[in-house]
Amino acid sequence: MTSFALHESADDELPAWSLPRDAAGRIPIDNLLPARVDRDWAIGGATGAGISVCILDSGIEASHPLVGEIKSAVNISVDEDENPVAADDTEGDLCGHGTACAGVVRALAPDAEIHSVRVIGAGFSGSGSVLIAGLRWAVQQGYDIVNMSLSTTKRRFGDALHELADTAYFNRSILVASAHNMPVESYPWRFSSVISVGSHEEPDPLVFYANPNPPVEFFARGVDVDVAWLGGGTIRATGNSFATPAIAAIAALVLSKHPGLTPFQLKTVLYLISNNVGGEARA
Amino acid sequence: MPENEGLHAAVAAGVLPAEDEFALLLRSIVVVARAIFGARGSSIFLYEPETDELVFAAVAGDDEQGLVGKRMPSSRGIAGWVLSSRTPLVLEDVQQDPRFARDVAEGTGYVPKGLMAVPLLHDETVLGVLQVLDRPERAAFSLREMELLGLFANQASIAVALLVAARRARAALAGHGDAAAVAALAAAVEALEGERRAAGIALVDALARILA
Repeated sequence: MTSFALHESADDELPAWSLPRDAAGRIPIDNLLPARVDRDWAIGGATGAGISVCILDSGIEASHPLVGEIKSAVNISVDEDENPVAADDTEGDLCGHGTACAGVVRALAPDAEIHSVRVIGAGFSGSGSVLIAGLRWAVQQGYDIVNMSLSTTKRRFGDALHELADTAYFNRSILVASAHNMPVESYPWRFSSVISVGSHEEPDPLVFYANPNPPVEFFARGVDVDVAWLGGGTIRATGNSFATPAIAAIAALVLSKHPGLTPFQLKTVLYLISNNVGGEARA
Repeated sequence: MPENEGLHAAVAAGVLPAEDEFALLLRSIVVVARAIFGARGSSIFLYEPETDELVFAAVAGDDEQGLVGKRMPSSRGIAGWVLSSRTPLVLEDVQQDPRFARDVAEGTGYVPKGLMAVPLLHDETVLGVLQVLDRPERAAFSLREMELLGLFANQASIAVALLVAARRARAALAGHGDAAAVAALAAAVEALEGERRAAGIALVDALARILA
């Protein structure tokens, strides 16, 4: 077998596992971060335009005034091999929770595209399989951001979720996942390839903090949040569920202004503009 | 004396009265939860896999005893979401949710204004949902209250896990369920005497080592 890299032309695709001496100039990094990343650079004037945000949850109520247009809505089930089967979802939201998450995104990133992937509502039994299938389907669609305000405690799903989280990471889909409010092992929020979110008690939806002691990486507004709910109304709610879409929305703002950022770069930007690092300047 | 009576009596002494004891324990948890949060009510739903339903197992509050044993589909409403998502949820002004209000009113006759719902997690299994209804309105909810709710849920989860295990043991003793074969084996060994008993115990020990 001959050496593979030294004889390649500049147009050849580089192998992903090594970098020959003369090839460093062929891997320019897009979206270089400036010397100082602040909120104005990161999200100033941003609206989320051009960014797709998937709400993996209980569905979204159509025509809710605080949610607006839903670009697509599917209901996920599984076939006999536990592969995802997506059907048009005409039932909307079976609980209110997905609508709430969508409303949080819409409020902060008004021009983002919102997609609903419903994984809850067909009965409890088998819900873990449907959650995995829904995430697999969402990752296959290549949404820019997937909001997961839920998790599973089933360890047998941990490996599959880990693999999906890594696939999403390398495909530049951002998974934003709720940390559990209770001291239990659950997934996928504990994986480093996702952005995990817990709650703080302050009322400003754009205030968020980086956590130097993960696995919870960021804290966003999650207490006494007025959120969209069923029947076109609102409800006051508390839980990491509602902090998570705030970070998803802020991530959408960053990506809409700086498209093509990798999840690694995006997480770095979120860290740099968090309120306890350098983010006091508001957009 | 029937040869299995000793085993049955021994196991029954530990297991059969437990259902009542666990009911008291669950009720004690919801009574304390209600008192600590100064709430109007508190309840525990158990998930029943055979029917895919949530069943009221303990209730503290107005009209409490009428609710125990009532059922609802596991996929419905806020308790269903908490069960499926395994995630706690605290909501105020739930009466603004027309479907929730109608469903709950039909089921219980009482529509709360606010509720806290938390999954009962035991190891990797979710066993049910603990709810606290209509705590007094304060200026703001605090994460400390969420933490307290989680502590109560943990306590309730342990009680429910014991209850579920006791029910499986009862089913096994009655010859049903996936533990029936184990119960039958235990009964067979219990019935042996002398060398055959020692040999039987050695066999079960070896089986346990192979399966471990």
